[in-house]
This record gives sequence, C-alpha cells and structure tokens, in this order.
Amino acid sequence: MRDAMKRGLAGLFGAAGCLAAELAVAVPAYDGKGADAPKIVDPAAGWDHLWREVLIDITIIGILFALMTAYFIWKYRARGPGQEGESPKLSPATAVAWAVIPTFVFLADDLFVAANGWQLWNAYRQVPENRLEVHLESGMYSWDYTYPNGVRTQNELKVPAGKPVLLRMTSRDTLHSHFIPDFRVKEDSMPGRTTYLWFLPKEPGEHLVTCAEYCGVMHSYMAGKVVVVPEAEFNAWYEGEGTKLKTAGAAGAPVPAAAPETAPKSGKKKSA
Amino acid sequence: MNWKEWIFTTDHKRVGVLYLIGSIAAFAVAGIMALLMRAELSTVGPTITGNPTQYNVWLYAHGAVMILGFQIPALTGFFANFCIPLMIGAKDVAFPRVNALSVWLFYVGIILALLTFFLPDPPDVMWTGYPPYSTITTGNTAMYTFTVLILGFASIIGGVNFLTTIAYMRAPGLTLGKLNIFVWCTLGAFVLQLIFVPVLGTAVTMISLDKYLGTNFFDPTRGGDVLTYQNLFWFYSHPAVYVIFLPFIGVIYEIVSTFAKNRVFNYKMVVYGGIGGIVLLAGEVWVHHLYVTGMADWLRIGQMVTTLMISVPVGLMVIGLVGTLYKGSITFETPMLYALGVLFLFLIGGLTGVPLAVTSLTLHLSDTYYVVGHFHYVMAVAGTFSIFAGVYYWFPKMTGRMYNEFWGKAGFWLTFIGTNIVFWTMMDIGVKGMPRRYYDYSHFPQFEGAHQLMTLGAVILGVGFLIAVVNWIVGAARGPVAGNNPWGSRSLEWTTVSPPPHGNWPSPPSVAEDWDPYCYGRK
Repeated sequence: MRDAMKRGLAGLFGAAGCLAAELAVAVPAYDGKGADAPKIVDPAAGWDHLWREVLIDITIIGILFALMTAYFIWKYRARGPGQEGESPKLSPATAVAWAVIPTFVFLADDLFVAANGWQLWNAYRQVPENRLEVHLESGMYSWDYTYPNGVRTQNELKVPAGKPVLLRMTSRDTLHSHFIPDFRVKEDSMPGRTTYLWFLPKEPGEHLVTCAEYCGVMHSYMAGKVVVVPEAEFNAWYEGEGTKLKTAGAAGAPVPAAAPETAPKSGKKKSA
Repeated sequence: MNWKEWIFTTDHKRVGVLYLIGSIAAFAVAGIMALLMRAELSTVGPTITGNPTQYNVWLYAHGAVMILGFQIPALTGFFANFCIPLMIGAKDVAFPRVNALSVWLFYVGIILALLTFFLPDPPDVMWTGYPPYSTITTGNTAMYTFTVLILGFASIIGGVNFLTTIAYMRAPGLTLGKLNIFVWCTLGAFVLQLIFVPVLGTAVTMISLDKYLGTNFFDPTRGGDVLTYQNLFWFYSHPAVYVIFLPFIGVIYEIVSTFAKNRVFNYKMVVYGGIGGIVLLAGEVWVHHLYVTGMADWLRIGQMVTTLMISVPVGLMVIGLVGTLYKGSITFETPMLYALGVLFLFLIGGLTGVPLAVTSLTLHLSDTYYVVGHFHYVMAVAGTFSIFAGVYYWFPKMTGRMYNEFWGKAGFWLTFIGTNIVFWTMMDIGVKGMPRRYYDYSHFPQFEGAHQLMTLGAVILGVGFLIAVVNWIVGAARGPVAGNNPWGSRSLEWTTVSPPPHGNWPSPPSVAEDWDPYCYGRK
C-alpha cells in the first residue's frame, strides 16, 4: 500500500518532468516580441498561437484527471454488500509530499501560462509607431470615429491594409466595448476615461465590430464594421474626404460628418 | 402539522427546510427565465417577444435570483442550517432566534426579487448593475439594491451564527481535526461572506444614491468614476463564487466519502491547502473581471498571476476528491451519481477557466458565450448538481423516507446530458465571437443552429430537474421508511433518528477517541 502511494508520487514527479519539457519546447517556439527587429507583431496571430497552446495544456490535464477518475470509479466499485474502503493512512511525510509536489506542478504550469500571457499582453499594449490613430466615441447605439484630419464616420471604420490602427476610445453615455472578433481584441469605452486598443489589418476585407458590454435596450443591435482597403484606395478616400471637409469649412458651412450622428455629445470629457 | 410551528420555528432543521423550499422556488422561477431566454434565442430576430427590455429583465432575474435567491441560500442557508449542528453534535445553533430572523429576511428578499415581474418598470440592469446604465435606466434599480441588501444581511447574520456555533457548540471530544470537510468549507464560506458582503452592500447602495438622491459617486462629469463600482462589485462578487464553491465541494466530499466508504484522502491537505488557500486568495483576484476595462496594466498582470494561482488550492481539493475514490468500495446511488457528475463538470469548468485567467487571451474571450459557458460549468451547474446531490443524500435524514431510485437516476442522466449539450456548445460559439447578453444575434446568423441545439439541451436539463423535484415531493409524502442510516455513513448526523427530533439527540452525544467522520475500514 505504501508502495502504491510512492508509485503515485513518482508519477507526479514524472508529470513535473513532462511539464518542464513542455516549457522548454514551447517557450522558444513563440517569438512574441521579435527582439530588436522592427517588424510588427500581430497580436491576433499571437492570440491564436497562445490559445492553441493553452488549449493543449488544459486538454492534457483534463484527460489525465478524467481518465484517472473513470479508472478509479470502475476499478474500486463495490464487489459485495457491507464492504468498506481501505485506502492507506498516509504517513506525515507522504501527506506533506502529496500537498507540496502537486502545488509545485500546478505553480509551474501557472507560471508557464502566465509568462506566455504576459508576453502576448505586451504585444497587445505596445502600439507600433507607424500607425493610424483614430478617435472613437461610442454612444447608445453607434460607433463614431474621428480621423486625424477631422474626417468623421459612423459605424464604419475604413483603414488601409498593412498599417497598424490605434483606437483611442471614450463614451458619451453608458459602457460599451468595441469588439472585433476577427482581430481578437476588445476594450471597454466609458465616460470619463480614455482607453485604447490596436490591431493590424493585413488583407483588404470587411470585419464585424460588435458591442460586448451591456449598454442598454438595443445592445445587441450595436454593430459596425472595419473596412480594410488597399493603401492607395484608402489614401484617395482620406484625402478626398479631407478636402471636402476643408472646402466646407472654408465656405463657413457646418462641418458635415460622413454619416450623421444620432445623439448629442456630452460636453465634459477628461483625458487620461 | 401546525403551520405556525413552521413559520415561528427556531429549530435549525426547520429553518433549514424553509430555506430549501424558498430557494427551490427561486430556482424554479429563475429556471423558467432561462427557458424563456432559450426560447427567445431559438431563432435569429424576435421569437417570443418583440421587446428587448423583456428579454433583459429575464436575463437580470435569471442571474440575480439564481445566485442570490437560490445558490447562496441553498448552500449557506439550507445545508449549513440542517447539517452543521447535526455534524458537530449540537442541540441547535448558537442563536436560534437570530437564525429564524435570517430565514424571514431571506423570504422578504426573494419575494422582493419576484415582485420584479409585477412592476411597471422592472430592473433591466443585469445582476452586475453596472453604472452608468443602472443610474440612467428607467428600470427600477432600487428593487435591485434592496434585494441585494436584504439577502446580504440575512447572509451576514447567518454567518455570525454559524461561526459561533462551530466554535463553541461542538460535542465533547469533537476536536477541530475531526470536523467534517463540509463544516470546514462552510466555515471558510462564512468568513468570506462576513468580510466581503458589506462591500457589495456599499456598492449597490451608492448606485441607488446616485440614481435617486443625485450623488455622483460614479458620474465622471461631476467628479465620479464609473470603474469604482466595478471594483467594489467584484471585490465582493468574486469571493461570492467561493462562497458558492466551498460549501458545494464540501457536500461532494461528504457524499463521495460515504459512497466510496473511504476516508477523505489527505484531510489536512484539503483543509489547510484547499479551503485555507481559497480563503486567502479569494480577495486578490477580482481584477480578472475587469481585464478589458482599461485598468492599470500592472494590476491586470498581477492579478493574472494570482488568478492562475487559484488553480493550486482548487487542484488540491480535486486531488483530495479523486484520492478518496482510491481503494474505495464505491456504490452508485443517486447522490453519488450527482457527486461524480459534479467532479466531471467541475473539471471542465475549472480548466476552461485557465484561458480566462490570462489577461491577453481574455481580450478576445471576455463578454462572450465562452465566459457564460465557463461559469455555468464551474459554478452554476456544478453548484446546482451539488445542491441536488446533497438534497438526495440527506433526504432520508430530513424526511425519514426514501425517494425513488429509478426516477432519481433518470433525472440525473437527463440533466447531465442536457447540461453538456447547452454549455459545451455555448463555449464553442463563444470562442468564435458570440457576445453575451444579446437579445438578437442577427449579426451572427451562422450560430442559429448552435442556439437551437442549446435550446433543445435546456429543455432536456429542465425536464431532468423537474423529475428530481417531483421525486422529492412524492418521496417526502409517501416514500418507504428509510431507517436512521441508510447509507452506512460514519458521520455524526446519521447517529440520531430520522427525522431528528427537536434538540437532535435524546441525550447529548459525545464522540470516541478513535472516531472521526470518515473512519471507514477500521471497524
């Protein structure tokens, strides 16, 4: 009986060994920050990579535990009435070992996951210098974007392919969350604070933007899209809209938004 | 039987049964809300109601009533009341009349929660009640505030009562090292309640002050900050998850030990490492609910590490459970089926929480169906299965009668299968981007098939729960007489007659030197 316990402990050591091997293989495989090369890391690709990695990790642990439990349930089913279990009484040393070793196995796995998560986090939070910076104000129930040259659009964010896009976000009423599932990113926007997110649109195409923070009655209808176009096409559109805006401004007419706003702006905002 | 004897009772067992009846009623109502939501989501676009607010009210009521009206009262109200004095060999709780007050408050709280459906402007603020929406909605936020305050207060006075009871009223010879795991777990849960419930009370009170009295705690245009509420709310509501988790895993320990006829594996590891570890870590992980709110980066990274560390005490408790099966002599009556079901549901739920602990992965997963699927596995259905397991397990002690084994097992399999259909599918479409709290998923028409599958699963699991409740009612009324200890447990509550009389034992019990609640295989 004591031997069985020792075998169990040996198995635990084995598990720790496997984990160390997993660490050794997996950590160099993910070149998150790209060291000194100025290449842009795409957080969405990093997300897919880390998701797969964590999924493999939890699947292995889950299957091990599930199989062990299922085996015990089958193996130690009662063979007759009146029988009682005869699990061994643990010696103090074994009892401590059974607490300490699993603790370190779990902690090792935690730190492995945390280290990779942190690395990816840096990719999400460190925005490349060469970027298009757009201001977003969310409101019930629309996304209102303002480009650096003053061009405004609603519920449609037109961006050039291949250039990182940074959104600086705030809200004029309730909480909203600008969620672009295809780019694996969201961040809340709220009154009184400025938050940001960035993403890297690679290919021309359209991507759904949807609200992920309960914001009111029409929450589920609060959607828009990111339209990625080739850089030349974007520049033509951007310059064209900018010129229109300037001439309209010079003529003294009220500045038209590319799409009309639905709700009035609240006056006071604080930038963080 | 005189109804006044029940309403004005100070007997801990009757108070417990009152808690059970109230919380099962709340469970039924909140379950019907869930089925209505599933019906609404069975097609893209409006299905059974054209009014999104109606759906949002169901969603609010489902969350608030399930957590505050069903799980916490059933686990820390019913089980604690019914089992703890019996498990420690006490005649009653330390303050029986305070105990009666707590159950009355609980009834006031759930009646208030149910009045939601008769108000012209019911609350539609979700169970989280985040401002600014909760302070500008036409929905009745005050109802939410008062429901939370009253149920919270009931819970606090219950906590004081049980901490005192466990400290001072143990039978002679029953040392702390011989307490049932369930008693330790409940002790941990009440410590958490006493520390953290006041914070929740503060948060929801400030919401109503902001909305009705014109203060500006959460209004940034007048110097407030919307994030303050979320911090206060989750500073309670994350520990609340452990207030649910600890008692339910305690119930599972009692059941697994009894039906494996085996001593709890590594008792001290479970108590100090598992329960102690959870109580210590519970208050340091709330920021993982705020990963996408623009909190300071150092907090989001720091609490990613503490959140992942929760896997240590929780993992030790799972090892303790699986170890209790080792070299046991396992039989598979209904309570044991539910308990083993919890083990598997909790395994899935716990492990799918690992990606959610990682700040960067959560930037995609947060507020999607993945989160909803995860917390239903790990807390909602695992907790509910435990409550059903526990009610089946102590049913003979409560009523002196036996439920029907066939229908018990049938109910279990239906709920188990239905649960996995619903919540596995939910996690799957969540990873693909389906956001939560959507009345209409017209931007995600590709998920219509998955939603229909979930609706089907919800019906199956609903039928399973219904069978269980009917089984109890029929069993309590005319089941066969059960005997004092039908499961052959060593734990103290099975040594008295079923149902136990007022005062629990004809003469006060004391325990032998070599006795402990799990002393199987030696006698």
